[in-house]
Amino acid sequence: MAEHKHPNYMAIFYYLAILTAIELGVIFLPISKVIIAVLLCVFAVWKAALVAMYFMHLKLETRTLGLIAVTPLVIATLLVFVLLPDGFAVAKKTSDDKKVAAPAAAKH
Amino acid sequence: MTAATAHGAAVEPAESPLTPESWGKLGMWIFLAGDAVGFGTLLAGYGAMRATSADWPNPYEVLGINLTALMTFLLICSSVTMVKALEWLSRGDKNRAKMFLLFTAVGGTIFVSLQAYEWTHLIHRGLHINGNPWGASLFGTSFFLVTGFHGLHVTAGVIYLLATIGVVSRRRQPMASYNFVEITGLYWHFVDLVWIMVFTFMYLL
Repeated sequence: MAEHKHPNYMAIFYYLAILTAIELGVIFLPISKVIIAVLLCVFAVWKAALVAMYFMHLKLETRTLGLIAVTPLVIATLLVFVLLPDGFAVAKKTSDDKKVAAPAAAKH
Repeated sequence: MTAATAHGAAVEPAESPLTPESWGKLGMWIFLAGDAVGFGTLLAGYGAMRATSADWPNPYEVLGINLTALMTFLLICSSVTMVKALEWLSRGDKNRAKMFLLFTAVGGTIFVSLQAYEWTHLIHRGLHINGNPWGASLFGTSFFLVTGFHGLHVTAGVIYLLATIGVVSRRRQPMASYNFVEITGLYWHFVDLVWIMVFTFMYLL
């Protein structure tokens, strides 16, 4: 049967729709911004994985093809670490500027 | 790729050890992996600019998420019509498959239209590529760059889908292989997948 080869697409659709609805609800929760950000990232990766695994049939493909698909995710994650020093440098400069500005303001 | 397969089953791509059906599928996956790095770079750059900015506007207050939530839902629906088209092809129903491919293309067209409406609306409110009334000017730059790059992918996807419908129409019944439709589907689902990421990182976060 053809149905046997294909995943249950409608179930995946409802799954994705519900996850999107939860995402929309999460941003209005009265909890820490960091927790909201982490939750949103988890839901985004979860949804992307559902699309790749079932709609793009990655679950039915060979392991090597899966590795090709995962490569950009690894590169993107490394890129975040590459960009981190930039973020620290700007944060340090901002706090240094404040240290310079604070004694100057205290003299007056 | 569709032009090469249009002549019939005789030039169907040979089997690949990585994807049992064809080399074409492997080619599309490699292209998508490269494209994903492109989007990953844009989103990582967005994150770095935002993290180092002191006056980054709150995206969901400035952009509004009602319309974009609808667009997200629309793109997920178009992914479903895409897999349904493939399902009908596997049952040998070419006409239903073409109808669902057309639904998918229409979904993509509505998505791009809504994006054009959203852009127009935001530009009128003062969001420009080099500045905006809410804070960091890079906010507008990154917004138009990332959503524009994605919109370009959707536009290309609609053209790709229409070309695929053309190829399906020209093939004799019953079709020896509908592998090229699955490859079109891979591209379309990828565009949906990227939007899931863009929606989360640029609108919700």
